[in-house]
Amino acid sequence: MMPNSYRLKDGGRIDRSKPLRFQFNGREYRGCQGDTLASALLANGIHLTARSFKYHRPRGIISAGCEEPGTFVELLGPDSSGNRAATMVPLADGLKAKSVNCWPSPEFDLGGINQFLAGLLPAGFYYKTFMWPSWRLYEPLIRRAAGLAEAPAGEFDGREFETRHAHADVLVVGAGPAGLSAALHAARAGARVMLVDENAEAGGSLLDGRERIDGAAPGEWVRSAIDELAGMNNVRRLGNSTAWGIREHNLALILERGGEKPGAMLRNWRVRAARIVVATGAIERTLVFANNDRPGVMLASAALAYVNRFAVALGRKAVVFTNNDSAYASAGCLKNAGIDVRAIVDCRRNVPEAAKLRADGVRILRGCVVSEAHGRKRVSGVTVRSRSTGEDCESIECDLLLHSGGWNPAVHLFSQSRGDLRFDDALAAYVPVASSHPVACAGAAGGRMTLAGSLADGARVGIEAAVAAGFPRIPAALPCASEDSYSIEALWNVEPRGAGRKCFVDILNDVTDGDIRLALREGYRNVEQVKRYTTGGMGLDQGKTGNINILGIIAAAQGLALSELGTTTFRSPYAPVEFGAIGGTRSGPVFLPYRHTPVTAWNIARGAVIYEAGARWRRPGYFPIGAETLDEAVERECKAVRNGVGVYDGSPLGKFELNGRDASKLLELAYANSIESLKPGRGRYGIMLSDDGLILDDGVVFRLSKSRYLATTSTANADLVHRHLEFIRQVERPEWDVKITEVTSQWCNATICGPQAREIVEGLGTDIDLDPESFPFMTWRQGRVAEFSSRVFRVSFTGELSFEINVAPRDFAALWDRIMDVGAPYGIAPVGSESNHVLRTEKGFLSLGHEVDGTVDPYDLGMGWIMSGNKLDSIGRRSVELRRQGGAPRRELVGLLPLDPNMAIPEGSPLTPEGRKTRTEGFVSACVKSVVKERWIALGLLERGRARIGQTAHARVKGAIIPAKVVAPCFYDPEGSKLRS
Amino acid sequence: MLEICCPFCGRRNESEFSYGGPAAMRRPERPEDLSAEDWVEYLTVPSNPLGPVLEHWWHARGCGAWITVRRDTGTHEIKPDSDDA
Repeated sequence: MMPNSYRLKDGGRIDRSKPLRFQFNGREYRGCQGDTLASALLANGIHLTARSFKYHRPRGIISAGCEEPGTFVELLGPDSSGNRAATMVPLADGLKAKSVNCWPSPEFDLGGINQFLAGLLPAGFYYKTFMWPSWRLYEPLIRRAAGLAEAPAGEFDGREFETRHAHADVLVVGAGPAGLSAALHAARAGARVMLVDENAEAGGSLLDGRERIDGAAPGEWVRSAIDELAGMNNVRRLGNSTAWGIREHNLALILERGGEKPGAMLRNWRVRAARIVVATGAIERTLVFANNDRPGVMLASAALAYVNRFAVALGRKAVVFTNNDSAYASAGCLKNAGIDVRAIVDCRRNVPEAAKLRADGVRILRGCVVSEAHGRKRVSGVTVRSRSTGEDCESIECDLLLHSGGWNPAVHLFSQSRGDLRFDDALAAYVPVASSHPVACAGAAGGRMTLAGSLADGARVGIEAAVAAGFPRIPAALPCASEDSYSIEALWNVEPRGAGRKCFVDILNDVTDGDIRLALREGYRNVEQVKRYTTGGMGLDQGKTGNINILGIIAAAQGLALSELGTTTFRSPYAPVEFGAIGGTRSGPVFLPYRHTPVTAWNIARGAVIYEAGARWRRPGYFPIGAETLDEAVERECKAVRNGVGVYDGSPLGKFELNGRDASKLLELAYANSIESLKPGRGRYGIMLSDDGLILDDGVVFRLSKSRYLATTSTANADLVHRHLEFIRQVERPEWDVKITEVTSQWCNATICGPQAREIVEGLGTDIDLDPESFPFMTWRQGRVAEFSSRVFRVSFTGELSFEINVAPRDFAALWDRIMDVGAPYGIAPVGSESNHVLRTEKGFLSLGHEVDGTVDPYDLGMGWIMSGNKLDSIGRRSVELRRQGGAPRRELVGLLPLDPNMAIPEGSPLTPEGRKTRTEGFVSACVKSVVKERWIALGLLERGRARIGQTAHARVKGAIIPAKVVAPCFYDPEGSKLRS
Repeated sequence: MLEICCPFCGRRNESEFSYGGPAAMRRPERPEDLSAEDWVEYLTVPSNPLGPVLEHWWHARGCGAWITVRRDTGTHEIKPDSDDA
């Protein structure tokens, strides 16, 4: 075959002076600037471009647009992306593409063996055939066999994803005749208009057709419209941009493909529009007959596009099969291009005269259908059947078969906006009725199938949209255009003669009319069920060319009218969208930034191993010295705290100030225990419940003055507690006089802990009397530490004497340095979250996400005293009381000592009776190597655990059962004399 | 992505807000006076109708206000809470 041997000598919108080289399945070809990959392949005479998904049948290019069900390619190299419709890939110099679904090539595809196994692969075959002994055994094989393109691997060199937000008064989707008309009128009225179109060039169907507007070629009118829009500063026009979804309240999602190379830049627009005009045109349906999937069988509209826009002769000898008027223009167009159009096969007995005129004298076989296409890797002929006799009446040789089953208004976006559809018998298609959102269809998308009708409809809808958005009503100014007739007779399928001949309703997913009937026979009645069972209408093309045929076949089989049947849901995305484009720049820390404290740089310099520890805080896990392992470093840090002194950065702790006359009342409602009785200067551990009686958070509340409190929360739950407290204040008790201020980042704290903690604070220099009599546990003092204004709190999370020194963030790094200096002679150790976990576990203190997992109340944790006050109401109290009355067994906090002291139990391990494989009776919430016990210790929640102290519980882990003695949940200083010291 | 009208900030994207549950029922003033059945009913059986519902939303990434909106669960139409109107 000569290169480009099917390229027409002249015409089209390609630039013959700019040849482009590209590779397809490893072979070099040439195309022109303005080609798509599909048009360039067709110009080279390549019709066999793909293998099908299930049967690996030879497939070709079927359409010229985003509805393409036949040929998907994987782009290689710097443009790498998978599963792109060949019709939507603009040709670029050096483009490399390969077919999906076949190996080694579409010509010699080993998977083609599936065609001969077709009998084993009916609808739902994977539910039936591959079930014994387990579907999981077969799934990887089947997925590999059925896979489409491979996910691009590695980094995206030079590729950019981004998200843009925009607003518009009127968003017009589609720059065809209706969209241009709507945009012009809305913009002339003064509305802020955004006009988006999936093609680089505006014009839509006008690029393909040969109608006249104002007596000139339609391109003239398109150019003048674009020029006028470009001259208005209230208009933004995007090409190569597909509106792929409409979300609530008119948020349109638009994918813009930019840059010279097809994969270079993807920009996802999120446009909130007061009004949306859906001018997305109509999509041609296939006809369903035997072997309607052979390469060379194409949509009639595709012929218009390839001949007129891309100057490609699709074949030498053509047959056209139709049930409506529009294909006659395609026949005429092919004939003008010098292609031998052998016949138009029309299923209708009566064909309108206007349609016949458009066919330019081509022979018309009325009342006939194509019963079968012949050929395997390329169509070689058709058999024509007379509908009146039911007999085959003629065979015609051809290398191109165009077919048209009518037109579906592209109502996808309208439907996504919760628009209602109605089946229109005259158009044999679903048309839009009304949307609950300010979204309206214009032109063919609204069922106007003529050029003049579309132009007028676009003007009307554009004017109305502008008026509704608050702009003046302007008169319509319409160009003069033809009012071509359009009529159709529904034809859902042509019964094949004899078994074994496949009639495809969904070409992408290899679903046949037989599969649909099989699903109905097997009891699937509803269209959504049939869709799921057969996969008809799913996948990359979302059944744009085949769905309505499926509905027609179901309706016919059930004796229903299509208006009674309803449609499947039109879901977004309208066309495939890259995940990268949806994410845009919002990935990793850009999506959710990390939080840092002022000593992050110090931690890094010190060699800390840093990771996220709740609520996006980056915290040091441990500070290894030299070649220390995790265990060695943690043991050293813990021993420093128990025997000498350590310091940790407690800044991420959630902190809230409550101020006002009713602050006490609010805390009294929010905390399970009494807060009001707290004296100024003192603090108390408190537990906050949700109204279902389960623990929401715990922390220490300090009373700063009569009407002012500082409440601390766990790091991970700070935002949740903030929301909860504000809900109480604003919604439950708006009449109360109290203000809540989050001060988490206003106060940083260094917690000095260990028997020598007091010496360190003294060494820093302070005006606060540190004597335990005057500054006891659970009190706080304001003063200066080092030279910094500080709030010092005596609380303890480690069980040791602790001073929590809070300073302003600007002073924190300096304070930290001073602590390290003063502490150096004492061997002070910076302590990470790993050691904190060990120390608190030894003490039996709670940790959110470990013991407090959203299923426990204070009694479960042995803290029933929290509930013992005579408070009337606090949130959660009623539910705790009710649960206690029920008397059902509860999981209770216990300590666990593995019988083998050197045996660790993985945290989270289930506890079961005797370690048997049965219902769990609890789990291990924490397990650490204790430095005071010099053995592994654990905490756990165990059913009726407190009554079982002294007995043995069993952790069931993979391959082993670990017995552990049940003990009280405190392994260190149960009297609390250390932390009070 | 809903567009929710905050009385202080105007129309904002849903992503600025945090959903706070149905607002049709207020928390009982004195839960201790309720029968166990009534309390459990309040706690666990919020109605979920198709049509207009009252909802709490927290303008967490905005002004911090807890607001009540009337949203139609069928159409997503949002109106200000009529109690305030």
